Amino acid sequence: MFENLQYVGRTTLQVFENLGRGSIFLIRILIGLWEPIKRPSLLIQQLYSVGVLSFLLILVSGLFVGMVLGLQGYYILSDFGAEQTLGVMVAASLVRELGPVVSALLFAGRAGSSLTAEIGLMKATEQLSGMEMMAVDPIGRIIAPRFLAGFLSMPLLTAIFSMIGVLGGYFVGVGLLGIDEGAFWSQMQTTLDFWDDIVNGVIKSLVFGFVVTWIAVFQGYDAIPTAEGVSRATTRSVVYSAFAILGLDFVLTALMFGDA
Amino acid sequence: MQQSKTVVTMVGLFVTAGLIALFFLAMQVSNLSSFQGNGSYIIKARFDNVGGLKVRSPVSVAGVRVGRVKTITFDKKAYVAIVDMSIESRYDTLPTDTSASIFTSGLLGEQYIGLEPGGDEEFLGEGDTLELTQSALVLEEMIGKFLFKKAEGSANN
Repeated sequence: MFENLQYVGRTTLQVFENLGRGSIFLIRILIGLWEPIKRPSLLIQQLYSVGVLSFLLILVSGLFVGMVLGLQGYYILSDFGAEQTLGVMVAASLVRELGPVVSALLFAGRAGSSLTAEIGLMKATEQLSGMEMMAVDPIGRIIAPRFLAGFLSMPLLTAIFSMIGVLGGYFVGVGLLGIDEGAFWSQMQTTLDFWDDIVNGVIKSLVFGFVVTWIAVFQGYDAIPTAEGVSRATTRSVVYSAFAILGLDFVLTALMFGDA
Repeated sequence: MQQSKTVVTMVGLFVTAGLIALFFLAMQVSNLSSFQGNGSYIIKARFDNVGGLKVRSPVSVAGVRVGRVKTITFDKKAYVAIVDMSIESRYDTLPTDTSASIFTSGLLGEQYIGLEPGGDEEFLGEGDTLELTQSALVLEEMIGKFLFKKAEGSANN
């Protein structure tokens, strides 16, 4: 009984301690951001490893998600004789929900995990303390460029995902299933609004990019500097990111589309 | 840190592709392209009942979309709905005796405002009000009327 209570207390304290450390770490990152701004070559290197290397994954997944949406949507909508609205369905679900969420989940798996592993390994092999010894701030030099690169890459990757998805849906709907091309695009354009749909999707992806990279770099920096610790941190990074994305998506959707 | 040219080129490609995708979404997928450049003017209409009309519902003349519903408000003195429509500036030749009706596109489709141009020499401008309006057809009311007439008819016989 008493041990159980102690266990609950200890876990709660630990959760709050982690949250606090994460927040302090975030502030230190934000202060360290002037380093990659001052030296853009650091940022470009990270944009390459975080953004460009995720590009192909996003491209292929976006294409297939869009094609599946087109196919499934067609089967359901044709029951109601409403195949013409397939464009609306594909574009709205991609731009509002699937684009930001799926690309953030893929991003967490592809880039977030590698960020955690890289930083964790740097810590385990004492490269970070080595930098501190040489009076180079590891936060500004290592963490901040990675954080900024993730934050900037996410909306771009999401936009690419949504675009390719819509084109995939177009390919299946118009190319294979023979929906009228004009109806596909015009219904899409009349239904989707630039500010309400596209901009809200971009805001979502910015939030997800922020949270996913924050979790990834914090888990790496906070990892226990052993092989097992790094492996655990990588797992935690992906799991926490997935939870954060799905939870935040609900909150953001309720805020953005609640009164529509 | 010296960067290889490939890395810089790839990053440039990536950022460009992302921006093109955003541009594509803005122009091709959403309605931004239909309102670019040219402005719009507001005309008002009073309806007894707007039915399922919503903000951003289309306003059309002869089936061609010329604008959108901007706001729908309730006049608490006259007990009618006031609908503000923003009409694109290039369609500035609507006569002042134009009438507005609320129609439904398709059996279950969304509702829109259809404008029927009159024969007046003067044209509508910013803030003008349409005098001739026809409310939305509410299905329940129609069925109610129909049943009432039916009952009336059978009572007479």
